[in-house]
Amino acid sequence: MNLIIVGLSHKTAPVDIRERLSFPAQTIGEPLNRLCASYEINEGVIISTCNRVEVFAVTRDIEKGLWQVKKFLSDYHNIPLEGLDEHLYTYTSEDAVKHLFRVCSGLDSMVIGEPQILGQVKDAYGYALQHKTAGVIMNKLFHKAFSVAKRIRTETKIGSSAVSISYAAVELAKKIFGTLEGKIAMLIGAGEMAELAARHLLSNGVQEILVANRTYERAIEMAKGFNGTPIMFREFSHHLKKVDIVIASTAAPKFIIHPEQIQEVIKERKNRSMFFIDISVPRNIDPLINNIDNIYLYNVDDLQNVIEANLKERVKEAKEAEAIIGEEIEKFYRWVKSLDVVPTIVALKKKLEDIRKGEVEKALSGMNGLQEKDIQTIDAMTKAIINKVVHAPVTHLKTEANKVEGDFYIDAARRLFDLDTEEGGGAKKAEEG
Amino acid sequence: MNITLFYITAALYLSATFITTAYLIVHNDKIIAVANKTILAGFVFHTITMISRWVEAGRPPFADLHEALTLFSWMLVAIYLLIRFRYRLAVLGAFVAPFALLLLITASFLPKEIIPLAPSLASWWLPIHVGLAFLGNAFFAMTFIFGIMYLIQERYLKSKKVGGLYFLLPSLDILDELGYKCLTYGFPLLTLAMITGAIWAEYVWGSYWSWEPRQTWSLITWFLYAALLHGRLTVGWRGRKAAVYSIIGFLILISSFAVIKIFSWGTHAVFR
Repeated sequence: MNLIIVGLSHKTAPVDIRERLSFPAQTIGEPLNRLCASYEINEGVIISTCNRVEVFAVTRDIEKGLWQVKKFLSDYHNIPLEGLDEHLYTYTSEDAVKHLFRVCSGLDSMVIGEPQILGQVKDAYGYALQHKTAGVIMNKLFHKAFSVAKRIRTETKIGSSAVSISYAAVELAKKIFGTLEGKIAMLIGAGEMAELAARHLLSNGVQEILVANRTYERAIEMAKGFNGTPIMFREFSHHLKKVDIVIASTAAPKFIIHPEQIQEVIKERKNRSMFFIDISVPRNIDPLINNIDNIYLYNVDDLQNVIEANLKERVKEAKEAEAIIGEEIEKFYRWVKSLDVVPTIVALKKKLEDIRKGEVEKALSGMNGLQEKDIQTIDAMTKAIINKVVHAPVTHLKTEANKVEGDFYIDAARRLFDLDTEEGGGAKKAEEG
Repeated sequence: MNITLFYITAALYLSATFITTAYLIVHNDKIIAVANKTILAGFVFHTITMISRWVEAGRPPFADLHEALTLFSWMLVAIYLLIRFRYRLAVLGAFVAPFALLLLITASFLPKEIIPLAPSLASWWLPIHVGLAFLGNAFFAMTFIFGIMYLIQERYLKSKKVGGLYFLLPSLDILDELGYKCLTYGFPLLTLAMITGAIWAEYVWGSYWSWEPRQTWSLITWFLYAALLHGRLTVGWRGRKAAVYSIIGFLILISSFAVIKIFSWGTHAVFR
């Protein structure tokens, strides 16, 4: 059985092509069934997001399988393959496994390390389960991919630094204040980005949010949205001394916060740090206040630079993630190899023979006066029992192994007779040694 | 024997310095785990070094400058380990390891023979006074380190060019708080060291205070740190100002030591 992937992503196809190839989640059952209806394809999963469309399939024959999937994409969406082929990439066998691991960990995403893709892949796999197009190989593969993604998230810092303006602001605030518990923030002016930042601040522990707006009614309305306190616009500067974080986003054409004013405020605050975020254009806060000790001022461009630096840091972490993927692929293939029919039969026979030997010895040690001939008889009898028991499963395994569900049979046999626990234990010991 | 152990300790701190530097460059958590183990191993050898010197000398190894610097370095690492235990500050080792190493390198250039103590100095006041003084100094060294870390992180935040160490260093608030905490430990220890020193001086020389250079400089240091503590407690010196102050304070402390050593002034004859 071979795993293949045919797909396209933001790296290979412009958005208009991606749009035309996408599979809406509501009607995903139909294409899944159509994909797996063909003789070549045994299992199928379709991942469709705004950045990628990928068809995962388990096939008997790689070449035929690839062609079949491409044909499926072209037929289903009514796009001639000639125009489509240049945007498609394909992965087979080990490369396909690696690709899935990378996709789930966000390493193949436009924003490296972004977490949404994992949820999207989980959904895609869920649809395949629901429509019974995912079998034993897909099950194992996707569960493995999810656990690899989780491992990468906990062992590397790939997703830890902010890559959006509002998160970047929260992260900077944390680098200044340590914890945001008990801190007070002030929004001056309305705006989507300011509100989003306020929401992130709140969920990170900020105690209170003051809202100032030119029109007081708007301030009240905004404040309601996140349990804030509306204040009069002309009074905002009186509140500054108790505020730790200021987010300015008014439409004022000139500076509304000045260095002299802040110098006074910081003195009153006994030099407790203040963090100003100016997301208004034209700017609302005189950039000179950044020169005052314990005052930190960031405008939109500054935040953008922070995001870029964070992305660079993520690329660094990605290297570590790739190493983890290499490790996990090796582990996965150890399992795949165990699905070969011959080692399974050998392991099964060995297991039963071990049981037989142990039991015979136990029985014989309790019996006295037996002659050599009797012992041989008992030995031969137990052997015959084992051989008869094992005969049918071995024959079936041998014949089924070459059929479509062969892996399922082998996997079942390994589980029913507990063949993996022993071998797994052995392998673990070898690793530690 | 204690000299061999001393070099093993120094070698471990040297390795830790290299490993932590590698961590600063590649930001890999596995590396810092190795570095922490190396520092811990260094600390174990450091402890054995001092015990073996104690046994060989038949007195606490706090008598000459070689011993004093070894003790200083040991206390610095001990405090570091306590802080590491309390706060998860992986990056701190990268600042402490080279510092501890530097103290040992300096100590290695000083006469290492075990000198017999003048009978007048052989009392329990010696370990108490010297121990308190260097424990205080070790805390001041920590405020110095936190001051440097603060200024680095502040530089990143002010210049708005985040990168490199920015990701590894903790928040300004924590750095400020830890610098302050170490100050609140160092200052009473220095005060106690001066009091015990004065009492001991009364026993040995018959006068509490004789304005000899060592005493004078510790008094200057004491005033310096008293001013910093006062500024922090009442005027609200925080952040950058406090960081700069604690760096300058420690530099004065260290250079007074060096100057007194070079000119061999004063009746603190033990530290010759």
